Amino acid sequence: MLNSLSYGLLLFMLSSGLTLIFSMMGVLNFAHASFYMLGAYFAYQTSTYLGFWPALIVAPAAVAFLGALTERYGLRTVHKFGHVAELLFTFGLAYIIEEFVHLLWGRAPVEYRIPPILDFSAFSIYTTQYPAYRVFMMLVSVAMLAALYLALTRTRIGLIIQASLTHPDMVEALGHNVPRVFMTVFAGGAALAGLAGVIGGNAFVTEPGMAASVGTIVFVVVVFGGMGSLAGAFIASLIIGAVQTFSVAFDYSLASILTGMGVQLDPESAWYELWKVTIAQAAPVLPYVLMVLMLIVRPKGLMGTREG
Amino acid sequence: MLSKISRTAIAGAVVVFSSALFSLGAHAEGTIKIAYLEGLSGPFANVGEVGLRHLQYAADRVNAKGGVLGQKLEVIPFDTKTSPQEAQLVFKQLVDQGIRYMMQGNGSAVAIALTEALAKHNSREPEKTVLYMNYGAVDPSLTNDKCNFYHFRFDADVDMKMQAMTNYMVQQKDIKKVYLINQDYAFGQSVAKAARAMLTKKRADIEIVGDDLHPLGKVKDFAPYIAKIKASGADAVVSGNWGNDIALLIKASKEAGLTAEFFTYYAGGLGTPPVIGEAGVGHLKQVTVFHSNIGGSRTADEVNGYRKRFPDAKDDFYWTSIMAAVDMLTRSMEQTKSTDPTKVALAMENMKVDQVTGEAYMRADNHQLVQPIFVSTFSKSNGKDVKFDVERTGFGFKTDARIEAKDTVLPTTCKFQRPKG
Amino acid sequence: MTSFFHIRRLALWAITAVVMIALPLVLTQSFAISMLSQMGIAVIFALSYNMLLGQTGMLSFGHAVYFGLGAFFSAHALNMIGAGNLGLPVTFLPLVGGVAGLAFGVVFGYVTTKHSGTPFAMISLGIAEMVAACSLMFPSFFGGEGGISTDRVVGEAVMGITYGQGRQVYYLIAGWCFVCMIAMFALTQTPLGRMANAVRDNAERARFVGYNPTRVRYTMLILSSFFAGIAGGLAVINYELVTAESLGVVASGNVLLMSFIGGVGHFFGPIIGAVLVTYLQSALSNYTLAWLLYFGLFFLVMILFAPGGIASLLAMHKPAWDVGQLKRLVPSYIAAGAASLVVLAGLIALIEMIYQVETKKEQSGTVMNLFGLTFDAANAGPWIGSLATMAVGAALLWGASRLVRASWQQVTIAINAKRGA
Repeated sequence: MLNSLSYGLLLFMLSSGLTLIFSMMGVLNFAHASFYMLGAYFAYQTSTYLGFWPALIVAPAAVAFLGALTERYGLRTVHKFGHVAELLFTFGLAYIIEEFVHLLWGRAPVEYRIPPILDFSAFSIYTTQYPAYRVFMMLVSVAMLAALYLALTRTRIGLIIQASLTHPDMVEALGHNVPRVFMTVFAGGAALAGLAGVIGGNAFVTEPGMAASVGTIVFVVVVFGGMGSLAGAFIASLIIGAVQTFSVAFDYSLASILTGMGVQLDPESAWYELWKVTIAQAAPVLPYVLMVLMLIVRPKGLMGTREG
Repeated sequence: MLSKISRTAIAGAVVVFSSALFSLGAHAEGTIKIAYLEGLSGPFANVGEVGLRHLQYAADRVNAKGGVLGQKLEVIPFDTKTSPQEAQLVFKQLVDQGIRYMMQGNGSAVAIALTEALAKHNSREPEKTVLYMNYGAVDPSLTNDKCNFYHFRFDADVDMKMQAMTNYMVQQKDIKKVYLINQDYAFGQSVAKAARAMLTKKRADIEIVGDDLHPLGKVKDFAPYIAKIKASGADAVVSGNWGNDIALLIKASKEAGLTAEFFTYYAGGLGTPPVIGEAGVGHLKQVTVFHSNIGGSRTADEVNGYRKRFPDAKDDFYWTSIMAAVDMLTRSMEQTKSTDPTKVALAMENMKVDQVTGEAYMRADNHQLVQPIFVSTFSKSNGKDVKFDVERTGFGFKTDARIEAKDTVLPTTCKFQRPKG
Repeated sequence: MTSFFHIRRLALWAITAVVMIALPLVLTQSFAISMLSQMGIAVIFALSYNMLLGQTGMLSFGHAVYFGLGAFFSAHALNMIGAGNLGLPVTFLPLVGGVAGLAFGVVFGYVTTKHSGTPFAMISLGIAEMVAACSLMFPSFFGGEGGISTDRVVGEAVMGITYGQGRQVYYLIAGWCFVCMIAMFALTQTPLGRMANAVRDNAERARFVGYNPTRVRYTMLILSSFFAGIAGGLAVINYELVTAESLGVVASGNVLLMSFIGGVGHFFGPIIGAVLVTYLQSALSNYTLAWLLYFGLFFLVMILFAPGGIASLLAMHKPAWDVGQLKRLVPSYIAAGAASLVVLAGLIALIEMIYQVETKKEQSGTVMNLFGLTFDAANAGPWIGSLATMAVGAALLWGASRLVRASWQQVTIAINAKRGA
């Protein structure tokens, strides 16, 4: 249960930034997970000089800066060529970021470890210990969620961003500099991804493949939750976190159900391999199944307000 | 309007230029060329580079003594991008260049694609046979039903290592419940199958309390799997996982306070120890044909020699199989006074090789090197029995048991056609 | 349909055919021939992809699913032919792949084409991920990570053709490629092709004039998966191997890159893209370890400066060619080309030095050869030199681009004058 919560919250940190960018600019940012990776690597580099706590600030700020540059000198140029060109631009960017990470930090994982002060077990439930760092991860995610909520609903820029989400033309007509809002949102989204990298990088593994391994799952969350809906992304993150965590515990397969119903299956029969796949085995595929089903039933996504 | 002449000239230039790009630079004449086929770009490039360094190290040693039959060994790297299809294309390239010896070892999928391409090539063009030295692809089928006369394997295969691992496990009386967790693809499935078969056969009171297959490289959080293992009460876990799948598994087990012992194939794989760190000490074991702390002055010489040759590389001397391959290759050439792959291959059969781990020999019936296998535990280096650390982490492996070469011999289904020598 | 038999167009097809026949006579190495075969397959695949993206406006991240599944079915069919259970000449094997691709297009397309735009893109990605994950879970059909291997030399030789030689395979692929190109081009001229364009440009209006956009999308997807399946079948004959990576997300991304670099707005765009990208991916890696970086940079530059792809760059010059004004552009292009070469030389030197220091230092030190020069990347000189080269080149390029703009202005004036007259 707590495992699923901590994983879900990490997913939300990633997907919240993506959702903001996506719903506002219509860009499926393929490089978003690369920003997550850069966050982890920057944090690793910072923590070797200054320690973990400064990294918590420095790394997201650095990622935000890169995000702003990307928007200003990359996306804004391709914007006029349409969404496909924008999408492919971020696709190419992800490619290059990975190659640069290879060059700068090598291809093997780096030794980015949990700070010793948080490396103990907080409490245990049913003989399974629960590490303090996971509690810390959850605290950071929740704090960020609260901060994001306040920033969007209580500040002027937040209100403009919300307005731009739904009525960009109107906001522009009112004299706001929408491109600058875009840049801010993109940088902010990148910073959120960077922060997720800082706290996720040491809990898991900081290596050049980490971007690819979360990349598609974050898309699933955003699409599942619905475009333009932070609340949807939040709920979707928790659902997907839970689905992935809980399905592991189920060893049932079609074969075991059929056997339970009295049907005998021959291990030699042609489709035996299909029948014997357990839910646990299929766990990582389930989010995609969920996404496809959701899109078929409700293309807007869980809490989305518009299609496409 | 461009004149006709200049247009023809441009077209001609394009043709010349493109054919120049298709053909590759010539290599030094009068050397014995060994093609090294491995992923040298992309995510697994670091693994490919380690093998390349070992081959270079071995070739340097031969060349320092004057080479073979008056010729130097020349290592020519080729990038397979760790893809079976690319590997086949690369194989065509080395054939085009007239190279007769090749070496590969990362990834059984690539190895199988290569043996099949090799078999077709050698039968379609018997004048230009190529010999394949496999230093690390461990799918048992390569020396069983898919065996080939021109393929030689210098690492122990999955089943041989499982034989060694289970021999050791059944002697540990406190192991009663075993949990299997593996990656859901050919290699992981065969590890699970072999572990189940061998353990239950060798000791009836061992119970397999769980058998999980998880998708390859897709699991971010192993905590739920660890919770399952813990709930099953297992006191030993067998896993063929490699890369992040093993590192994350061990980290998650540490976080949850799981005390079971882990029996693995690739805990010492490149890049894994730095991630595992403290989390693996004392209860993480691996089964390998070599690790830096097997003892003996020759081992120390090799480890130190490698570190001296490549001072900035973080990896260590690891592939004894590459040393064995180069050693057997050069001695067979000297013995037959020939560089013809068929003659060399025949000479390599039943040849003995004196490795740092002890004596080994090449089986004639399936071309598998038979050598001792070690079970070792991940420990803090202490300057005594854990003298060398891995990847400069301060952690190294400590030998638990040495399984003699003769105890790792398994029956084979291999039936290859042996050419007339 | 009348325009299809236009004399100029027929001439273009004839030239294409002649080039395809002549190429293997010029490039004779087996590596070059297999690369040409690869290009032929890529051309069919990229064109089939463009039926979705370019013609119907459907951005798919999962087109390789149809290619891969077509390939797996062809591989099994080829094995059945080999075992004597199926009486089909190898020449027509790609049809098996095509039918398999079509069948899966019918199944998956029914689900995906209900939507357009981003939901379509995401569903296609989801399905691609699911199929890719399944391919590793069911080793009896997909052969696990090693894939399914076959032998194309089966059955009776028809007129001496056994497909043992690479050149025969090339001609088979070239033949299929030619037929598919014509078929796909003809499709663009049919009412269905026109309606697809209408659906792409404005689905609502298309519905208004009485066409069901969903049905148009569905039909186009089915047809395009048929051609993708044919490409998959040809890939089986070429490689004699099919692995799970051929239906993965990376393969789907690759075909997207090909089409986009070539230009999705023109029929012949993906052909250029397929040839160029295949060449870059296969051959560039022979020259430099940094090929992935070069490839990525090339892609970004294309998107930033030529989002219409190479085809649109070519098409831009057609009006100038028509009025005979192309020659005015040549001097400024030569200047710009020379300036770009200077920038490129500086950039390449810089990247190669970084790679030398970061990854190759261990094997071969910091002394390196480039452009016929030998220098030590550990010194500051070469770094300053290449940065200076880049700066000089950039300045030159800036000047040259003004020159290009000026001559384009002249050309535009000339074109307008001609049109006015």
